[in-house]
Amino acid sequence: MKATTRDVNGIAIIKVDGKITIGAGDQQLRDVIANANSKKILLDLSGVTTIDSSGIGELVGSYTTVTNNHGKLKLLHLPAKLNELLHVTQLITVFEVYENEQEALDSF
Amino acid sequence: MERDGERIEITISSRFENIELVQVIAEHLCENAGMDEDGSHWIGMAVREAVANAIKHGNKLDVKKKVNATFELNGHDLSITISDEGTGFDPEKVSDPLNPQNLMKTSGRGIFYMRTFMDQIRYSFVAGSGTSLVMTKNLAKGTGIASGKA
Repeated sequence: MKATTRDVNGIAIIKVDGKITIGAGDQQLRDVIANANSKKILLDLSGVTTIDSSGIGELVGSYTTVTNNHGKLKLLHLPAKLNELLHVTQLITVFEVYENEQEALDSF
Repeated sequence: MERDGERIEITISSRFENIELVQVIAEHLCENAGMDEDGSHWIGMAVREAVANAIKHGNKLDVKKKVNATFELNGHDLSITISDEGTGFDPEKVSDPLNPQNLMKTSGRGIFYMRTFMDQIRYSFVAGSGTSLVMTKNLAKGTGIASGKA
């Protein structure tokens, strides 16, 4: 997994590329989010090629950590298969998901 | 890897980086049997989850312990057996990830995904011989998600 972070008006946009799977990026994701210099985080997942239940668990854990710190974590550009995995586990009801970056930024 | 007609068997050591080897075999077997890319992907994902559980919870990351995967295709019926050298567990005690009190848990979705993407999964335990998981799928039925399980 590779992550790049950029700041737009105090919002950290973290673009994740590659795999978020057990032993290959699942723990990295939480570290990247924990080290973001903002409580407002937009996670761009367009570059995620593979995710498994451990990766989904890390998304959930990251969301909980950010929320517990009075921050907000939102998702941008969900790949179709990740979208389906969030739907079948009903986690899609937990996350705010956007397809348009500006719309996502305006929502914070 | 051993190939015998429509039977493929592979044994791996308990390393996470080996999971993809088994997943790729599952996906190729399904694609060769005429399943579409999406359907093959979801079966591959069920296999990924099963092998990850075998490595982590079964063999407890002991690289000396092996995980065996057997794929058997008879007509449209695919049977996948994943075996480890662990001590087993009670599948009934695995919590339902859709229960609202479990929704925000960071783990516990692997078996749910297997059940979603396959027609049937069945665990068996033999003292001293480890755990075996048999997953079956009729490839003619289509993919787990699209077949209305979700």
